[in-house]
Amino acid sequence: MSSSGIVKTQQVVRPEFDRIPVDASSVGAVVRPLSPLQRLLDNVLFRRCAILAALALIWQLYALWLHNSLLFPTLTDTLKVMIHDFGDGTLLRRTKSSLEVLLMGYAAGVALAAVLTTLAVSTRLGDDILSTLTAIFNPLPAIALLPLALIWFGLGTPSLVFVLVHGVLWAIALNTSSGFRSVPETLRMSGRNYGLSGVRYVVTVLMPAAFPSILTGLKIGWAFAWRTLIAAELVFGVSSRSGGLGWYIFEAREELNTSSVFADLLTVIMIGLLVESVLFRTIETRTVEKWGMQR
Amino acid sequence: MTEDGSLVLDVRGVTLQYKTPRHLVTATYRINLEVYESDRFVILGPSGCGKSTLLKAIGGFMAPIEGDIFLRGRKVVKPGPDRMMVFQEFEQLMPWKTALGNVLFPMKATGRFRGKEARERALAALSKVGLTKFVDSYPHMLSGGMKMRVAIARAMAMEPDILLMDEPFAALDALTRRRMQEDLLALWDQLRFTVLFVTHSIEEAIRVGSRILVLSPHPGRVRAELNSSYVYGQPLDDAAFGLLSKRIHNLVFEGEAEAKQPEALV
Ligand SMILES: Nc1ncnc2c1ncn2[C@@H]1O[C@H](COP(=O)(O)OP(=O)(O)O)[C@@H](O)[C@H]1O
Ligand SMILES: [Mg+2]
Repeated sequence: MSSSGIVKTQQVVRPEFDRIPVDASSVGAVVRPLSPLQRLLDNVLFRRCAILAALALIWQLYALWLHNSLLFPTLTDTLKVMIHDFGDGTLLRRTKSSLEVLLMGYAAGVALAAVLTTLAVSTRLGDDILSTLTAIFNPLPAIALLPLALIWFGLGTPSLVFVLVHGVLWAIALNTSSGFRSVPETLRMSGRNYGLSGVRYVVTVLMPAAFPSILTGLKIGWAFAWRTLIAAELVFGVSSRSGGLGWYIFEAREELNTSSVFADLLTVIMIGLLVESVLFRTIETRTVEKWGMQR
Repeated sequence: MTEDGSLVLDVRGVTLQYKTPRHLVTATYRINLEVYESDRFVILGPSGCGKSTLLKAIGGFMAPIEGDIFLRGRKVVKPGPDRMMVFQEFEQLMPWKTALGNVLFPMKATGRFRGKEARERALAALSKVGLTKFVDSYPHMLSGGMKMRVAIARAMAMEPDILLMDEPFAALDALTRRRMQEDLLALWDQLRFTVLFVTHSIEEAIRVGSRILVLSPHPGRVRAELNSSYVYGQPLDDAAFGLLSKRIHNLVFEGEAEAKQPEALV
């Protein structure tokens, strides 16, 4: 039949059927709890802690092998110093002093960012102002402003707060306004459909809709602030009443007290970790992940 | 369907334009339409003819270049909860609120209903669309059809003067779309709300509508207005349904036979 040489394959003819689905009761409950081991392995906190434990072990072994406490003290020595210094209150006081300044700067930065971005979404002038300011100041390292701050505000908390605000503000404002801009048009319209406008519209519609970006901004802002603060204290010494963690590092180095330097660094890392993986992580799981806006 | 003959929406000679950086796009030109109480008024037209634009203007999101829009005699100047909109996109729901929270939000935001009353109304609305079991689910846990049901419940619970629906079922699969059309009609049978329904599907227009306004291709102008309530509840293969469908098909495609066909006309 086919003169063109194309071979037409025959379709296999099969009988039709129609049946009741097989009994699925043998699978047991369709929704079944996971075993404790599986749950443990799925737990991010557990996995992270395991890695931390491995790193601690490597540190200890390396320090023991090096056997030079002036260069690289062991983990146990460091922990001993840390416990001692926390016990007699020095480290705790330093931490408190650093965190106080940090929180002041952070809160002021967040508040300013909120005001600026609200203005930016409600008026075109506000938008232009914010974009320009962000473009100017975002690339400028916060620490570079400290000498100027010292001239303006003198040696003390106000200078640090000023620098922290600068470190926090632009990161948050940039992320928040880009978050606002990516809110779907339909969601905006359905918000305005209810007659919402101005600050109420920003707070009830735009802010939650842009929350993933806002949270990213808050996280970046936090990291900037923390780094800037420690660096500022380290470089410019005691700038608040009692001196913070950065100052403590400086002091310990002067005294060639390496274990103290390590203890302090460990404190800095631990606070950073705690905020990052406990505080922000909790906020994330309770908000954007629960809402399915981020995985 | 103008039993009680009360005029709800009056669109008079409305021309709508978009200003883009390079062009002035006229989306609709001198549209007239009147929607009466309990109408299932359908706007039908090929994609890009300006249906969504017209609905946006009725919603108060866009001001006409020419002409006026009146809702129950009052001129439309800005968005308001007396015209609740249901969009095609699923993003219209607030992902940070549960189904119940989404339905409650406009009631509380407008202060129209409060406290226990609002909650009861919201629950009733969700039960009407068959979502009682999902009131505490977040939108990302719901299927497309269920999200659309939440959006419809949210709009209806506000008891607006008119419900504006912009291709609400276009993003759903064919089976779900059929179910949603039937359920919408069942709801209408119960509540007799006034609805303005936009679609590009002739079949959907006939199935859902009691009156169909046919728009010309871009820029959208009024081509015809037909009654379709006589095929209400008839099966698809019914002769009247087929005839009406053919008639509308001719209205939409006439003069287009040689020219390029509108892309999305089912
Ligand atoms: N935001 C916009 N800016 C410029 N032109 C637009 C915009 N939205 C729609 N248009 C144009 O207006 C016309 C009508 O669009 P639309 O109302 O969305 O059509 P439909 O809903 O009937 O498919 C189209 O030609 C489209 O390109
Ligand atoms: Mg459209």
